[in-house]
Order: sequence, then C-alpha cells, then structure tokens
Amino acid sequence: MSGSTIIFYLLAAFTLVSALLAVTTRMIFRAAIYLLFCLIGIAAIYFWLQYEFIAAVQIVVYVGGIVVLIIFSIFLTQQAGEELPKQKPGRQLFAALAAFCGLALVLLQLTQHDFIETGNKAIEPTVANIGNQMLGVDDKGYALPFELVSILLLAALIGCIVIALRSKPETT
Amino acid sequence: MIEPGLYHMLFLSATLFFIGVYGFFTRRNLVTMLMSVELILNSVNLNFIAFNKYLWYDKMDGLFFTIFIIAIAAAEAAVAIAIIINLYRSHRSIDVEDAEEMKY
Repeated sequence: MSGSTIIFYLLAAFTLVSALLAVTTRMIFRAAIYLLFCLIGIAAIYFWLQYEFIAAVQIVVYVGGIVVLIIFSIFLTQQAGEELPKQKPGRQLFAALAAFCGLALVLLQLTQHDFIETGNKAIEPTVANIGNQMLGVDDKGYALPFELVSILLLAALIGCIVIALRSKPETT
Repeated sequence: MIEPGLYHMLFLSATLFFIGVYGFFTRRNLVTMLMSVELILNSVNLNFIAFNKYLWYDKMDGLFFTIFIIAIAAAEAAVAIAIIINLYRSHRSIDVEDAEEMKY
C-alpha cells in the first residue's frame, strides 16, 4: 500500500463527508461552505489523477465563481443565522430510500460489468494538446462546440441582465 | 486497501450523484436545491474524467466533455440565481412551497 493510495482514500472520504454535510445541515450558510470543501476535494482528486488543467478550471470556475455567487445570493435572500425549517420525516425517509435504492442498483451493475480498455498509446493531457484539439477544425477538433458554448454564455449573460432588470415603477 | 482504479472512481462518483439526488428530494429552498444540482454535475464530470483516464487514454474526449459541462454549469448557475433573486423580490421568500401560482 503506497502513499498515493492513502491520499486517494483520504480525499474520497473528505469529499463524500462534506457533500453529505452540505445536503443535510440546516444552516444554509454552512451548507454553502461544505459545498466549497466538497468542490475543493474534487479538484484535489483531479490533481491526483494528474489532470492539472481540469483541476485548475474546477477551482477557478466552481470554487471561485459559482460558490461565491451562491454565497452572495444567500446574503441577498436569507435572513442571516436563521435555520431552515425542519423537514417532514416521511419525505426525508422516502428520499433516503430512493437515493439508496438507486445507488444499490448502480453499484450492482458496476460490479457485474467488465470494462475493456483500449490498448492504444496514451496521449498526455497537457495544455498544448488540449488547446490544439479544442480549436482544431479537422474531424477530431472541437471548434464548433467551443463556438456554441461561447454563444450560450452570451445568451446567459443577456438573459441574466433581462431577468434581473428592475421594472420601472408605474407612474400613476 | 487495494490500489485505486476505475471502479473506485465510479463508486465515488455514483455515491456523490445519489447524495445530490437525496439533497434535491429533501430540500425545499431554491438555493440549496441549486447546490444539490451542482453536486450532481460534479459527479458526472468525475465519471467522464475517470473513463478518460483509465479506459480511453488515447483520446481526450472525456476531458472536453468535462470542460463544456463546467462552462454550461456556470451559465446555468448564473441564470438560476438571477431567477431566484427575482422570485425573492416578488414573493419575499425562496421556498418552493411559496411559489405555487402556476400549480392549479
């Protein structure tokens, strides 16, 4: 058993525990902080898998962008320090049952399935390789989805501005 | 403990996915439901990266899917939070039980 194995198990346990706390705590601000730790744990797992670029994107976009956005929206919409109302125990029980049954089904399928790996030569996921393929226009390139995502981001930007515009008070 | 491989990663991401599903079922506050959706999206990303790392290491398609999912998740979170703040302005609450004009 090597050090890298121990590190993987520690990271996985950290991620799962903070995810579980993020969905069960009744303090909404604490839930956001646990979500932050969970996303950092996932970024660390990407580092462990040696996908450094994805780990950096995860930290920049999720930890630096989305969690900050969520915390701001909590400040804008929630009275500070107030606990969420208690949930009905029946609903909690059925949700836990549904989630557990789904997890059991997936894990059962997983243990019975045999994955076959390709025997070809590995490509290193370096930033140069990623950039060359992402902006390539040959049949392996991802230039068209890249442009589509840029249009989607523009649409989301305009949509956010339109939704959040305060309508003018009507002059009566 | 055995050396972690593809099955460990898939186990981790499946567990993360169903934790997110549990949160989505139990929470009744829109911001916390959005957090559960982020957990689900992250588990899908982890799955793509695991398959790319352990099975199809001669391609980088899983990596590109992950990058696009992260970009779309950022756009989705921004639009969702704009809608949530607008809902708070009109209802003074972001509980899903309080916004039921279109229910009947």
